[in-house]
Amino acid sequence: MSAPKPATEPTREEARIAPKPPLRRFHQARWDEQLIFELGTPGERGISVPAPEPEVREAVGDPAAALPAALRRSTPPALPELGQQQVLRHYLRLSQENLGADLNIDVGQGTCTMKYSPKVNDTFTRDPRVAALHPLQDASTVQGVLEILHRLEGLLKEISGMDRVSLQPAAGSSAIWTNVAMIRAYFAARGEAEERDEVITTSFSHPSNAACAKTAGYRVITLPPDADGYPDIEALRAAAGPRTAALLITNPEDTGIYNPRIAEFVRIVHEAGGLCAYDQANANGILGITRAREAGFDLCHFNLHKTFSTPHACGGPAAGACGVTEALAPYLPSPTVEFDGTDYRLEADRAESIGSVRPFYGVIPNLVRAYAWIMSLGAEGLRETAEIAVLNNNYLLAKVSAIHGVSVPYAQGRPRLEQVRYSWERLHDDTGVHSEEIGLRAADFGTHYWTSHHPYLVPEPMTLEPTESYSRADLDEYAAILTEVAREAYEDTGTVRTAPHRSTVHRTKEDTLESPATWAVTWRAYRRKILGESV
Amino acid sequence: MSAVRIGLVVNPVAGLGGRVGLKGSDGAAVQTRALALGAVPCAGERAAVALAELRARGGEFELYTAAGPMGATLAGTACHTVHRPPAVTSPDDTVAAVRALVAAGVGLLLFAGGDGTARDVLRAVGDGSTLPVLGVPTGVKMHSAVFAVNPRAAGEVAAAYLRGGVDVRRCEVMDRDPEALRAGRLASRLYGWLSVPHVPVRVQSRKAGSAAVSPESAGGIAAELRARMSPGSLLVLGPGTTTRAVAAALGVDVSPDGVNVLETGRGSAALLAQDANADGLLALTHAREAHLALTPIGGQGFLLGRGNQQLTPDLLRRVGPARMAIVCTEAKLAALGGRPLLVDTGDEELDAALTGHHRVITGRRTTTMYRLVS
Amino acid sequence: MTATPPSGPAPRAAQAPHAHPYIPNSAPEVKRAMLEAIGAAGVEDFYADIPEELRLRRPLDLPAPLRSEAQLVRHVGGLLARNTSTREVLSFLGAGCYPHHVPAVVDEVVNRSEFLTAYAGEPYEDHGRFQAMWEYQSLMAELLAAEVVNVPVYDGFQAAGTALRMAGRCTGRARVLAVSDTGPDKLSKVVDYLRPEHQLVTVPVRADGRADLDAVRAELAAGDVAAVWAEAPGYAGLVDEGLPELGELAHAAGALYVVGCNPASLGVLAPPSSYGADIACGDIQPLGIHMSYGGGNAGFVATQDDERLVAEFPTRLFGLVPTAVEGEYGFGDVAFERTSFAVREEGKEWVGTAAALHGIAAGVYLSLMGPHGMRELGETVLARTAYAKQRLADVPGVAIPHADAVHFADFPVRFTGSRTAGEVNAALRERGIFGGAVRTDRDPREALYCVTETHTADDIDLLADTLKEIAQ
Repeated sequence: MSAPKPATEPTREEARIAPKPPLRRFHQARWDEQLIFELGTPGERGISVPAPEPEVREAVGDPAAALPAALRRSTPPALPELGQQQVLRHYLRLSQENLGADLNIDVGQGTCTMKYSPKVNDTFTRDPRVAALHPLQDASTVQGVLEILHRLEGLLKEISGMDRVSLQPAAGSSAIWTNVAMIRAYFAARGEAEERDEVITTSFSHPSNAACAKTAGYRVITLPPDADGYPDIEALRAAAGPRTAALLITNPEDTGIYNPRIAEFVRIVHEAGGLCAYDQANANGILGITRAREAGFDLCHFNLHKTFSTPHACGGPAAGACGVTEALAPYLPSPTVEFDGTDYRLEADRAESIGSVRPFYGVIPNLVRAYAWIMSLGAEGLRETAEIAVLNNNYLLAKVSAIHGVSVPYAQGRPRLEQVRYSWERLHDDTGVHSEEIGLRAADFGTHYWTSHHPYLVPEPMTLEPTESYSRADLDEYAAILTEVAREAYEDTGTVRTAPHRSTVHRTKEDTLESPATWAVTWRAYRRKILGESV
Repeated sequence: MSAVRIGLVVNPVAGLGGRVGLKGSDGAAVQTRALALGAVPCAGERAAVALAELRARGGEFELYTAAGPMGATLAGTACHTVHRPPAVTSPDDTVAAVRALVAAGVGLLLFAGGDGTARDVLRAVGDGSTLPVLGVPTGVKMHSAVFAVNPRAAGEVAAAYLRGGVDVRRCEVMDRDPEALRAGRLASRLYGWLSVPHVPVRVQSRKAGSAAVSPESAGGIAAELRARMSPGSLLVLGPGTTTRAVAAALGVDVSPDGVNVLETGRGSAALLAQDANADGLLALTHAREAHLALTPIGGQGFLLGRGNQQLTPDLLRRVGPARMAIVCTEAKLAALGGRPLLVDTGDEELDAALTGHHRVITGRRTTTMYRLVS
Repeated sequence: MTATPPSGPAPRAAQAPHAHPYIPNSAPEVKRAMLEAIGAAGVEDFYADIPEELRLRRPLDLPAPLRSEAQLVRHVGGLLARNTSTREVLSFLGAGCYPHHVPAVVDEVVNRSEFLTAYAGEPYEDHGRFQAMWEYQSLMAELLAAEVVNVPVYDGFQAAGTALRMAGRCTGRARVLAVSDTGPDKLSKVVDYLRPEHQLVTVPVRADGRADLDAVRAELAAGDVAAVWAEAPGYAGLVDEGLPELGELAHAAGALYVVGCNPASLGVLAPPSSYGADIACGDIQPLGIHMSYGGGNAGFVATQDDERLVAEFPTRLFGLVPTAVEGEYGFGDVAFERTSFAVREEGKEWVGTAAALHGIAAGVYLSLMGPHGMRELGETVLARTAYAKQRLADVPGVAIPHADAVHFADFPVRFTGSRTAGEVNAALRERGIFGGAVRTDRDPREALYCVTETHTADDIDLLADTLKEIAQ
């Protein structure tokens, strides 16, 4: 029997799907997921653990019985009990409630260089011949990974122009610390550690430069920007002297402005007897264009999770690399990777070395990724990376500076390199909306941005760094989102001020985090302090 | 629980002079001239912006104000009127209105005006009053530190204050010094202090920041000063909230508006002289190791010559540049927006000697190399 | 480049034939259109601020690129082929990096793009990261019986350094006592890290491997000690019965008690807080993180919810907060800097990108393991370690120092025959076994061997039998 014929045939018009609106109607995943502690039932198991064999049990009994009662756990930890799929589902839901760089046009986390982390490089790190290597294996069984480390050092030496490179630092700030530790060791060896107790940095260099120097016991002198946004060279002249140990400086700084007098900065500090360390966190726009060596630096560092593409991993593991001139090479962390023409080996017997800065030799998976990334690009590709990162930034600059309410402080009319620190000061004066609120509203369109480090030297800041990874269409979409949010700020202020509206959760009441009576760093603390349970 | 009572007083003529190129709006003659030149009153409008911002940010309150353009006109109907001024208002109306608002039990006082209005408020509540006061900037001269940066910010700070958890700090009321003006000089004078809600920028940054550099580090500044001084030496503290916080970190409570002298021991410091005058300072520092800590006061970056004339050229020479410390939190330094520090000691030679880059102490072992001009 | 890549160099492309897959706007026509749109003649316009003398006017001297994914896979695969993984052999290496089983679910979660490629978003668009990290803090807190656990720091070395600097800031005192057997690299890092503020004094352990309580008492007498730092277990796996008493000594002298611990042991061993530790610290690599040639470390620091201690955490702490909607969990940063407690200005530390994803991994691991899994893990490792000690003690030419003590995972082995530990390792390697880590800091005859739940009784028997052939 045939189906009854519909009264009227659907028309082609009815089948036609309307074009997409100019901005996507995004909504972040909202699973309304409970805390892991509220899930599961006693008795459920997520994974089975091997039990000792009967002969083992018989031979050793209960070894813990030999310990005093105070050292044996009396009550099991109050961990949740869930089946395996239930654990998986919980964390996959949380992952969906997170906006990874793979999913959004991630040009808004300025200074972070959110470039594409190639998927193929992740496959290398999952290979058991990386993942299941023990760091104390005999060198003969790890020639492949040692060769990768040695080759990566060679690549970074050429990219920076420096004589030796250590791959041991765990991240960018760890690399800054490593450089400061080498500076300290260098002056200690010359008997000048006591008198050279000052480190000079700039307002727009990453604050970890000041923080690491201070942690290392140095006095820190900050140079503010001059009217054009360049660090004040007269201030440097006034600061440099017999107490100067080093200048720690970023260039281009976080404003995206390249300091053209950088060689003179280095010269002033050298003439005062100090060393110069180049924080190359913002190197993405100058790969193959200009190097630490030509500007006269004694030390430099790269953030491999920024410029060299390793994934940011929610805030690490990252990786850092420190490059130094021959004069500083003896102080590099131990061990170094050496090659005798046949074999690769680790060299730890280095009398003047500052020693280990982390366990073993570095964040190996990220070093493998960084190596593979550079090899996939070569010299031409690195230069293309820099040029397109800078082109993308200036293209976005043209689009964003046309938005009503945005201004671009400092060095008017000058190009920027790979990032720009914008200001929403005018929009704020007109509407009362803060930069942070614009950022939260941008989240409703499936993206986000970062303002700036504190204290804000640029009022109502927004820092954008589009890297080489984004297409023209991506940049157009991002600028369109900001344009729309700025329009809303003027015409529909309330929508922006109460954003986000299409996110996983709504505005949090952060006041409770300010008070010792109500902050809850863990479930255990929440139960005791807020729920009044005895834990 | 009844809502908080907010008092509002608007100086309707504040800012009249500025738009037409006059140097202020104080005095009936100036106001008449300004109006004749085409000035349009804007204080009410700016106060309305602040109120709108306060409401937009969810502030719940009952509004108390004066009648007509001193408040009620712009506040709409939902307000209590406590003072009825004549058609032409004078500073005495501001004083009377504020006193009536205080009597009505307001918990926060907003005033719209300039330095002259701030002085009237000060006169009404008394120097050192603990009533939280916040200025909506509408005047020509706003050298006092009691104003929000703009009317919207005033509304935002007021809303934050109503939510609770906001500190109140003593801030300077400054205005042009009539005596100096008669002597042909342009100078500001410190008239007193009002209590102002203080909403710092949230120091936490989402991106992993840098805990070693704290923007609010009076404790660090105190530790740094202490490390530079030998026990038993004197510390002369200029006026200001930063220097007062430094004294507190050293265990001494001082008024923020005078020049105070501490004697440092091995443990905590002791207060040797409060509100010292020029002669007293010279006598105290005679044949002693004396250090001086100064902080820029008001919003303009003045370090010497405004509100601290007790620090005479003789004293400054005696202390000497090596023992003269400029202290300022990073946040406050950033708020200067790149403007240089200023000195005007009345001694040109000394001013010239102080000109140049100075190490401003921003915390323990941290300084910023900052420009100073005279 | 001195070595020939095993896969051979790629042919050098004269000009990129097409846009690089990672750089969409390198397509010549796109690039041209973009330059035109902003009125620039070429990319050189943007580099106008870089002085000519700083310009590198030659191509970087780098190997030819491997532009195709296929070429790259072949090249890197060729290099990795020169590694022998611990999956292919039987390995008894531990000493700070442990071969525990990594559940497949952990890998599945941490390899999700959403987590792997996220960075520093707000608690709204990155709600999942905040919740997962807060849950990590909370799960660790249950394991450690503590109320405050930080977002992971770089590694266990850094965690120890930070815990000790926190103790220094808290007490305002200068000296720190290291009282356990601590690995040489860790000691080197901690000494260097503390140097600007503190003097680290090593109190050598007694001949029986335990802390020297009398010597500790004597060092504490001066009243200038900020912290007594013990490790449970020590570098050689020994669980010191004196741990509780060390805490009492520290407290009696006004010092804080800082205990480094292996979190994988805490299903059976007592959490440090239960025997007096003010600060616990350690490395979470044993909790579901691959060894990766030493690239899988991440550190934790834990305390009770004491405002004085919380104020000294240099790292981020995430907190649970309500939102504008009832029944919704929100998260944010605990603003510990703004408490009324005066934060000490001396000896502060920096914060930066560290090891967050390893924290998520450890959280997933603890969720899978649950209370019973952690207890069983601890029991199995303790039993296998004891069994390995027994079996090896029976081998002629092998002695087990401190055999009377309880060891967890690591245990010391001393070769009394003609061969050094390194020579024994070479002979074992020929037989497909990686022997233990040689204690170069002590005696070339001594090594640290390690067994976990991944070693069977047969594996241990095979080691013992093989050593019988070579350890004489």
